[in-house]
Amino acid sequence: MQVTMTVNDVEVTREIEGRLLLVHFLRDVLGLTGTHSGCDTSNCGTCVVWLDGEPVKSCTVLAAMAGGHQVRTVEGLAKGAELDPVQQGFMQCHGLQCGFCTPGMMMTARALLNRNPDPSEAEIREAISGQICRCTGYATIVRSVRWAAVHEANAAAAVTETTESPEAGEIDNAGQPAGSVA
Amino acid sequence: MQVPAPFEYERATSVDHAISLMERLGSTSRLIAGGHSLLPMMKLRLASFDYLIDINDLHDELGYIEAGPGEVRIGALTRHRELLESATLTAAFPIFADAERVIADPIVRNRGTLGGSLCQADPSEDLSAVCTALDASCVIRGPGGAERVLSMEEFHVGPYETAVGDGEILVEVRLPVRPGCGSSYEKVERRAGDWAVVSAGAAVWLDGDVISDARVGLAAVGPNTTGIPEISTALRGQTPSESLFEQAGAIAARSCEPATDQRGSADYKRHLADELTRRTLRRAVERARS
Repeated sequence: MQVTMTVNDVEVTREIEGRLLLVHFLRDVLGLTGTHSGCDTSNCGTCVVWLDGEPVKSCTVLAAMAGGHQVRTVEGLAKGAELDPVQQGFMQCHGLQCGFCTPGMMMTARALLNRNPDPSEAEIREAISGQICRCTGYATIVRSVRWAAVHEANAAAAVTETTESPEAGEIDNAGQPAGSVA
Repeated sequence: MQVPAPFEYERATSVDHAISLMERLGSTSRLIAGGHSLLPMMKLRLASFDYLIDINDLHDELGYIEAGPGEVRIGALTRHRELLESATLTAAFPIFADAERVIADPIVRNRGTLGGSLCQADPSEDLSAVCTALDASCVIRGPGGAERVLSMEEFHVGPYETAVGDGEILVEVRLPVRPGCGSSYEKVERRAGDWAVVSAGAAVWLDGDVISDARVGLAAVGPNTTGIPEISTALRGQTPSESLFEQAGAIAARSCEPATDQRGSADYKRHLADELTRRTLRRAVERARS
């Protein structure tokens, strides 16, 4: 069968089998290997991409089901050469450890910040509760998402040209948000 | 890499189109909604079909939550996230939000649907227990637009088996609205997003300070979601009290049929059925009074 979908703003058409999973379409057919494939059982969340702007586990969506829809992968997170604040946050706060869960975590984090620009630690942990990091606990991932939230708030404040810089959003010299989650 | 066995993919454009496709393709076809129960089973080769009929395009037709004076109607394609975020549904039946918070995880909830969950009929599935507690009816549409309305007891035939026949589709779940209602859900799970070790849903209807009706639905302690009429009988006409909840818990523990498995022993599950029945009834009564 033929499927046509939009991936990272580019329309693609390919001949596929009905049983092809979206994760394999992205990785093996389109060569977008930023999306990872981990557990195969809808548990680990390393295959998370956006379908029409919402995170989904692409190992549990048929490529055919994405026909006519918008897909965004980690390759579509940066704007040209400018990394998304979430990507910057993962760099600043060591959110990448081995890196395997990182693409899915970042896609979920970006979607969370789009809906909730100032999420609490509990809200971040809830958002990523369907994803597994096998390196440590999730402290640096949570910290990375908070960094992105604070960074975006500061950037927005700078745009509105407020004369007083908001204290809660100050970034200290170490690149950590003031009062960041420990 | 796990992939399903080969099948032909079809996409339905309306409920009637889905029904006509099923009529034409017969029992080798299966509807796929969110796919988060069906695809994992197909990947494990526990299920295979010649045809999958994708009904996600029917979301406009079958994705809704409508509160009327006598009942709340929910379209079968309403996604878990929509159920969780519906202020209307939470106000009428907080048991839904209780359950949705512990069903799978936020990303799975973006795709999975009410109808898909009920039709999967997994013995550990949470929404069947919710619908059992609320005395829900299931509306099934067949060829020619003929509709059947079944109770939850009639809907479930066995593990992974429902009364929905070939060429039929579950289109709507109806929840009767009666005054003085309070409801609550509790689940014990081993880790976030897992199937229940045991879960319980309870709904009570108070008339003044007397229980006019009460219903409990248990998941993961039998071949299907277990509704326990004996509890309803024991509670009707009584004034809520801790000893009454204890009595209900004892009935739940002895009425259910848990199996020892990797999630726990049968004895432990009976203990949970007892304790969760007490907790959910207690909370449901608190909510009915508030």
